[in-house]
Amino acid sequence: MTLHIDIPEETLGSILAKAFRNRSFLIGFVITVLVVAMALISYVWTPYDVTKLVISDKTLAPSSAHWFGTDHFGRDILSMIMVGARNSIAVALVAVGIGMGVGVPLGAFAAARGGLIDESLMRLNDLVFAFPALLSAIMITAIFGPGAINAIIAIGIFNIPVFARVARAGALAIWPREFILAARAAGKSKTQISIEHVLPNVATLLLVQGTIQFALGILAEAGLSYVGLGAQPPMPSWGRMLFDAQTRMVVAPWMAIFPGMAIVITVLGLNLLGDGIADILDPKSRRQR
Amino acid sequence: MTAYLLKRLVIAIATLILASMVVFAVLEILPGDPARLMLGLNASADQVELLRDQMGLNAPLVLRYLHWVGGLLSLDFGRSYTYSVPVIDLVRERMAVSLPLALIALALSTVIAIPVGLYSASRRGRAGDTIAMGAAQLGVAVPNFWFALMLIYLFAVWLRLVPAGGFPGWSAGVWPALKSLLLPAVALALPQAAILARVARSALIEVLNEDYIRTARAKGLPYRAVLWRHALRNAMIPVLTILGLQFAFLIAGTIIIENVFYLPGLGRLVFQAITQRDLIVVESIVMLLVVAVIAVNLVVDVSYAFVDPRLRGRQ
Repeated sequence: MTLHIDIPEETLGSILAKAFRNRSFLIGFVITVLVVAMALISYVWTPYDVTKLVISDKTLAPSSAHWFGTDHFGRDILSMIMVGARNSIAVALVAVGIGMGVGVPLGAFAAARGGLIDESLMRLNDLVFAFPALLSAIMITAIFGPGAINAIIAIGIFNIPVFARVARAGALAIWPREFILAARAAGKSKTQISIEHVLPNVATLLLVQGTIQFALGILAEAGLSYVGLGAQPPMPSWGRMLFDAQTRMVVAPWMAIFPGMAIVITVLGLNLLGDGIADILDPKSRRQR
Repeated sequence: MTAYLLKRLVIAIATLILASMVVFAVLEILPGDPARLMLGLNASADQVELLRDQMGLNAPLVLRYLHWVGGLLSLDFGRSYTYSVPVIDLVRERMAVSLPLALIALALSTVIAIPVGLYSASRRGRAGDTIAMGAAQLGVAVPNFWFALMLIYLFAVWLRLVPAGGFPGWSAGVWPALKSLLLPAVALALPQAAILARVARSALIEVLNEDYIRTARAKGLPYRAVLWRHALRNAMIPVLTILGLQFAFLIAGTIIIENVFYLPGLGRLVFQAITQRDLIVVESIVMLLVVAVIAVNLVVDVSYAFVDPRLRGRQ
């Protein structure tokens, strides 16, 4: 895998101009903004109160009163999707934060030191990759108890080696460059060089990987909630809604259709955004998945 | 080649040993006393202590670890706390569901993805490519368990073509058994196929830009022959890497998918075992899955050497 990390000499204006001509970026950006806006709006307004159970309105089909229908407790599906977005975004975002916060310094450190330290850190990475992430997340949440916080930790842990790998690969490509040599000649320490010169140059890669992991985090959170190990009721979450829908597929298919579509659209938007950013900032890099 | 293989093998074994320590340590800190769990709340402290001795739970940590690893190596995984049968029997029984499921899904995903990747790469930038990659982009975003629910709704509830869940067992005949694995396999395979198709396409495009492809075309080879004989073969390395990784995804995916379809497979077993605090079962299955993942990655590494003659020569 060759990584080209030539930072083009471009102004912010030209990057923005390119961004708005890039179809992937534009679609992804709009979707992401809409999802985030939906989550934020849910704090001040939802069509219906999701904490109120109206049994007389249970499993109503989609109508003008309830666009996406109601669930088995008579709660409005659209309102629940809006509130559920908060949970998905928060879990995935913090999990990416954990992955970056721990993984990037590790990867940069491995690249800077090389040799045995590098080798052993990378083998440790392989070790984490040997565990199917979802299985381990299920184990972690099962041990420490189900809940949003433990889901964040479980997903975050598996983001660490991903970011470590990306940061290391990126940093390794930067280290042989002349300006690093110049910095070393100026007497800067390896840590200083890593922070001041290497990391800014791998920021693009990290940003792209960040959006990918964000999308994967949303999928993972949905999976954990679906098997009952993520956010606990009454807190609405997309995965949990699908779990509730499963036994009612015959009477109320809309309970499954709309939350699932919310997940698909959100993940799709983030993936397109990541593709777009990669294209704009570095046309040569192709996403590796 | 021997040096390359030897290095991969050593790394695989070292990873295995470390993984076994991690699994053992994690379950060691798991709250809940299996002896207490088996005897129920009314058992006296003495009874619990006696059972703990019998189960070997009071032995020193290192001894218990070695005993466990020794057991794994001789395929003696111990007895399940809740089912009171040897774990190996449980595993064997469940494997008869999970292994075919994962293999069918892997095969399906490959059979769908490679032709789509080839098609897209050879029509890069044209309408067919855009549509195929749009579909792939969508496929990557679909959670497999939701896709499974939609398949159930369409094919089991609406069209009534296949059962919505459950497994009749292989004793009920090969066709009924396969039929109940069909939807789960499709649900597992399609999102994976979307990822694989994207990788295959970009690997192929990279290869198609190489000089030797132009040479092959220039000497008069038809495009189709170039695509299959030269391009596909050289694009195999990234495809194989992803296939290896996907096996891990598929295995993890079966845990959720088996729960959607009520299939009595390994995934469902491990899930139940976790909720019932049946440590020995959890330990064994997790270890088994880790062994499977590491073994598959080793096979992938070895197959590199066959696909890429340069690795064969390297010492």
